[in-house]
Amino acid sequence: MQIGYYPGCALHGSSNDYEMSVRATLTALGVQLKELDDWICCGATAAHSINKKLSMALPARNLAIAERDGYSEMLAPCPMCSMELLKTIKELSDSPSLRREIAEVIELPIKGKTQVVNIIQVLQMVGVERIREAVKRPLSEFRPACYYGCLLTRPAKILKFDDPEQPDSMEEIVEALGAKPVQWNYKTECCGAGMTMANEDTVISLSHKILSNAEAHGANCVVVACPMCHVNLDMKQRDIERRQGARHRLMVYYISDLIGLALGLGEHELGIDRHFVSAPLAAVKE
Amino acid sequence: MSRIGVFTCWCGENIARTVDIERLTEAIAQVPGVRVAVNYKYMCSDPGQASIRDKIVEEKLDGLVVAACSPHMHLKTFRRAAAAAGLNPYLVEMANVREHCSWVHKDKELATTKAIEIIRMAVEKVRRNHALQPIRVPMTKRALVIGGGVAGIQASLDIADAGYEVVLVERDPSIGGKMAGLSETFPTLDCSQCILTPRMVEVGQHPRIKLYTYSEVEGVEGFVGNFKVQIRKKARYVDMDKCTGCGDCWAVCPSKKNLSEFDCGMGYRKAIYIPFPQAVPARPVIDKEACLYLKNGKCGVCAKKCAPQAIKFDDQDEVITEEVGAVIIATGYRLYNITKDQDNSKLTGYGEYGYGMYKDVIDGLQFERLASASGPTSGAIKRPSDGAEPKKIVFISCVGSRDEQHGMTYCSKICCMYVAKHAMLYKHKVHDGEAHIFYMDIRAGGKNYEEFVRRAIEQDGAVYHRGRVSKITQENGKLVVRGADTLIGQPVTIEADMVVLASAMRPSEGATRLAQMLNVGVDEFGFLSESHPKLRPVETNAAGVFICGACHAPKDIPEAVAQASAAAGKVAIMFANEELTREPEIASVNELTCAACFTCVRACPYTAIEKAMVLDGRGNFIKNTARVNPGLCMGCGTCVAVCPSKSVDLEGFSEEQIYSQVESLAL
Repeated sequence: MQIGYYPGCALHGSSNDYEMSVRATLTALGVQLKELDDWICCGATAAHSINKKLSMALPARNLAIAERDGYSEMLAPCPMCSMELLKTIKELSDSPSLRREIAEVIELPIKGKTQVVNIIQVLQMVGVERIREAVKRPLSEFRPACYYGCLLTRPAKILKFDDPEQPDSMEEIVEALGAKPVQWNYKTECCGAGMTMANEDTVISLSHKILSNAEAHGANCVVVACPMCHVNLDMKQRDIERRQGARHRLMVYYISDLIGLALGLGEHELGIDRHFVSAPLAAVKE
Repeated sequence: MSRIGVFTCWCGENIARTVDIERLTEAIAQVPGVRVAVNYKYMCSDPGQASIRDKIVEEKLDGLVVAACSPHMHLKTFRRAAAAAGLNPYLVEMANVREHCSWVHKDKELATTKAIEIIRMAVEKVRRNHALQPIRVPMTKRALVIGGGVAGIQASLDIADAGYEVVLVERDPSIGGKMAGLSETFPTLDCSQCILTPRMVEVGQHPRIKLYTYSEVEGVEGFVGNFKVQIRKKARYVDMDKCTGCGDCWAVCPSKKNLSEFDCGMGYRKAIYIPFPQAVPARPVIDKEACLYLKNGKCGVCAKKCAPQAIKFDDQDEVITEEVGAVIIATGYRLYNITKDQDNSKLTGYGEYGYGMYKDVIDGLQFERLASASGPTSGAIKRPSDGAEPKKIVFISCVGSRDEQHGMTYCSKICCMYVAKHAMLYKHKVHDGEAHIFYMDIRAGGKNYEEFVRRAIEQDGAVYHRGRVSKITQENGKLVVRGADTLIGQPVTIEADMVVLASAMRPSEGATRLAQMLNVGVDEFGFLSESHPKLRPVETNAAGVFICGACHAPKDIPEAVAQASAAAGKVAIMFANEELTREPEIASVNELTCAACFTCVRACPYTAIEKAMVLDGRGNFIKNTARVNPGLCMGCGTCVAVCPSKSVDLEGFSEEQIYSQVESLAL
């Protein structure tokens, strides 16, 4: 299987561990990623808070290139990117006049034919059964809390992916790896996201709540599918300890990390050794 | 030459303000065929009508145009006036110079010219009108009522008490509907079963009511006055005549763990069961999915124990045909499903409330069963998970209702009241308990309703939070309810022992299919459409089919009962006549030119056109043709529009009339 790949800024910058993990795991599952030619920023939070047309034009240019190069599906592993791209497809298909206007701005024709998918949807395309069959090292020690955050399932009307309030698609996948996901309450709560720059206190208190709830329900690690969530839950654990006095030491994995591990890939290959918290599971169990 | 009278109404100022009545009257008097043109301030008033009657006689008029409001408003009024003066009522037409002219224009000059055109067109039409006689159709004076809830019960009893026979069809094993399962009813807190079960017994014993329970309407043929209805009596596996309802069978039935539908899944029943002790008929039914004998041929202890030998394991479904003249649909409601599983792609669930995941999150009807003396806990408030008495309950209103995000924009109307009632019942039973209510608005419009809500707040101490709940989670055995109180502008978190969701009302399952069978319209939510929202609230656009209760829109018991009596009244009025009279403005086929392509048969929305044969005097076949059933035709004209050979015409709206109107405008 070959699909288009839109890394977005995060996967080429602060979260290049996510890119390593996604590439290694999908290659092992037989999925070839073709990186989008001359891609640009999706606009993220900045564009839509400043200029509506800009927030449409940036994703539209990426979509138009994907279309030109004939990708029927394109993976955007960052939920912010995939949301911006899908939102643009929706708005452009709702308004032919806006579509003409944007096409003029980006100097490329755009129809919105490329389907934008997140990492979980790609895994579903591979098939949970195929993943289960490919497992070499069952993750029976893992009791992950699957954390979806706010953007992976929302806005529900645009994304049409899983239940926005009680999602369970990640659980289905990690179960196939032999792990035992826990039932917990903060699956779709916000981690504070980009507030990590402007208002770190908010992020620290929200992320602390999420990690505490995961632990309270017996989790020994957290699984995410969003670079921003990973930053806040992984990197901020030391700050949480310093400010809230709570020591979590909870490994935070990308969903692709867990699959890679189960398929027999190494931590270095998957970029897991670049995470901030690196307590091995055995140490957590004490 | 025709002798047509044109009567222009001022409608007070409504028409006269923008139309120059004097100029108009002068102009109309010059129109060929017009004998007399007069105007008056209120044509529909007694003196106005009297002037019409007088002119008809004085001037020997043979046609009438009333230039006034919409024919929907007053055509009948003026036709009656004409008939009183001896003129055939179908020689009267209206020219709508109010809605079509004065109300929508500002320029008096132009509006006057337009009004003259409208009237000239009507004159051209009325010159080509025929004197018509109402169609008389014989009828079966027997009514079918579909649905045996409180509305169906009320309608059936009213019609039967008026002296006509009723066939009452109920899908469940007993009549009683949702109301039979309620605890106490607002705003008086009288026990629901105490007021309903005597009415149920009356139905069961009424000599003029034929009751089919555990049965469904499967097909309807015919037309107003003459319906043939197929009713499927589902296999009950119990001989209704032999059974005495003694209860020996269900006492010994070993299949115990079947969730009781009547208890909304809060309790269990046997495989052979009556839904509740006061069921009518008090005869059990066997659930074939749960019965050990029907599933694998082992058991049969009920048959061994049954002294009158009423158990029939070889029972089969039976389809019965009943003939009736009128139909009342009273199929009621169901609650919106709060979980992910939806039968309609427009609807989404409330994953955030954890219904179906947390045992102690229940819906309003489930709470009714908990609070009911006949319920699974005998009326004690115990939470489902562990049977403990909840010390804090959160009630959430508008779950689904008024929420475009979840697919329903309408207000379910009864929830504000029953949520207040639930809080009250709970506080009456658990004195040290706390009742918290999250609401959007309190809609307590109804006799003694507002006072009832105030009582819940002031006397029983229900705590109202104005705002929505965003999430319910479970922590350490408590349900953590997170919401907002918009009056204090603060987020609120309540650790509750139980949560009750007032979920939206939806039309009951299968209502749309039934409506299609009877040619009744439905709205986007599947509620059945009335003929006119104000003036014909229980009629439908299908002649002889009436609606009442919650199948029409969310409504409470008093309203459902009032509407049921209204529908029954309409049926009784219909039956009080010897024959059925119908409007003669219907389609007819020119059988000589009809090419028998039957495009009209397929196009007719009322299935009023049938395939027929033209025979000669000796009964020999000449040709096929389409033929209009005058009992069914509603005069919509669809067939006229689709006929490729122009062989169908509509009396009162003939092609000749329409074209001459258009031509007169072009002149």
